[in-house]
Amino acid sequence: MGLELYLDLLSQPCRSIYIFARSNNIPFEFKHVELFKDSVLGKKPAAGSGAEQPRAGPSNTEGAGKVSLLKKVPALKDGDFTLAECTAILLYLSRKYNTPDHWYPTDIQKRARVDEYLSWHHANIRANAPKTMWIKVLIPLFTGQPLPSEKLQEVMEGLSTSLKQFEERFLQDKAFIIGSEISLADLVAIVELMQPVGVGCDIFEDRPRLREWRRRVEDAVGKELFFQAHEMILNIKELSNIQIDPQLKEQLAPVLMKMLK
Amino acid sequence: MGLELYLDLLSQPCRALYIFARSNNIPFEFKRVELCKGQHKTEEFRKVNVLMKVPALKDGSFTLAESIAILLYMVNKFKTPDHWYPSDLQKRARVDEYLSWQHANIRAKGSKLFLSKVLLPLVTGQPLPPEKLEFATEELNVALQQFEEKFLQDKPFIAGSEISLADIVALVELMQPVCAGYDLFEERPKLTEWRRRVEEAVGKQIFQEAHEEIMNIKNLTADQFAPELMENFKQQLLKQVSQN
Repeated sequence: MGLELYLDLLSQPCRSIYIFARSNNIPFEFKHVELFKDSVLGKKPAAGSGAEQPRAGPSNTEGAGKVSLLKKVPALKDGDFTLAECTAILLYLSRKYNTPDHWYPTDIQKRARVDEYLSWHHANIRANAPKTMWIKVLIPLFTGQPLPSEKLQEVMEGLSTSLKQFEERFLQDKAFIIGSEISLADLVAIVELMQPVGVGCDIFEDRPRLREWRRRVEDAVGKELFFQAHEMILNIKELSNIQIDPQLKEQLAPVLMKMLK
Repeated sequence: MGLELYLDLLSQPCRALYIFARSNNIPFEFKRVELCKGQHKTEEFRKVNVLMKVPALKDGSFTLAESIAILLYMVNKFKTPDHWYPSDLQKRARVDEYLSWQHANIRAKGSKLFLSKVLLPLVTGQPLPPEKLEFATEELNVALQQFEEKFLQDKPFIAGSEISLADIVALVELMQPVCAGYDLFEERPKLTEWRRRVEEAVGKQIFQEAHEEIMNIKNLTADQFAPELMENFKQQLLKQVSQN
């Protein structure tokens, strides 16, 4: 039994791991977790979690349920060893499989730039980008009501500020965040920014420099792989047509509303 | 001109750097940046960190932000003892896991409680409604439970038998709500024991020095804030406290 990666490609961190593993030909078993089936049907989400996504607990497979005590995706299982958190998983994979240096450079200053981005990402890009999907698709899906436009505006403003900082501080005039080659930082950034794109908030539209960077990232990982990873999020409108059990709607609606406060 | 660390010890991540550097005898110049006086918004500091946040590092012409990145940089540059960031793949992953998770959990919830309990009332002149405080406390409690169950478990330290970066980063964050008056260690013997171990491992005196200012935070008064920055602080705080 080799490496198992528990992923739902609707989730940004899952996509970065998927792309990284596939791009580097790392052999793994794709354990598909469907956040909206397995968590909604299987487990009651924990209150006050403050998480961006409901707790995923693959309810059918016993082994999978034990994988991550935090019950989120992504999760890794390597023999007896289990691991959560996207950054930790990416770093583990890069070390275990000795991926090319540029992904996480040995040069300590370049490496520091990757660490710097990966850290800053949490409270900035990742604080706002995911909310676009919640506001435009998921919450209306579960509560049956659209959200006031000010909510989206607030989030887009926050995202705009982060994007400005991203361009000024992290990307600047370089091809990629650390310089001439792609690293984990670019991968983690791009998957997050595809979330608003998937729900119709094309943040690349008025940002030529970011658009160019995106193109370079897609080329570097392989266009086909990139689109494969993003197929679900780019067709997210299909999710809006899913019939959700009314009882579940009732159960989740207050949790979701709280998440947006 | 050697390593410069730009710090305000009222800030949790600054304390983590201070403790780590001092504990490992890493020579550095302490560059004080007083947040209350708005020193993080000066043109001079902006040259060190355009994001205008502490902590920041300057090593020759190389500048760096984000405490996790700075800690790892110091580990790599000064080749500190292995246990801080173990070379063992799985132990290292445990440290990475905590350092990643903590952003949106212990750090976010601990900070929010501190801001709500101490800074916001100070800057707005009004106490926070009790329900909001209660909600912030509950959120922190959830994070603390996850910390004990998932990260610490029955081990002496997060990565196992020895202290690592994860423990320092965790403890400095927990001291923020403690200094705001929420003694989260009180009914948590496992955490209390872990805290004692961490303090001993880094050096009790260094730990105390790092926390001297924050422990006196109750003595902070509104007039210590640069008046022209008050309005800005207020807006910023209100926004931070209302976010998840």
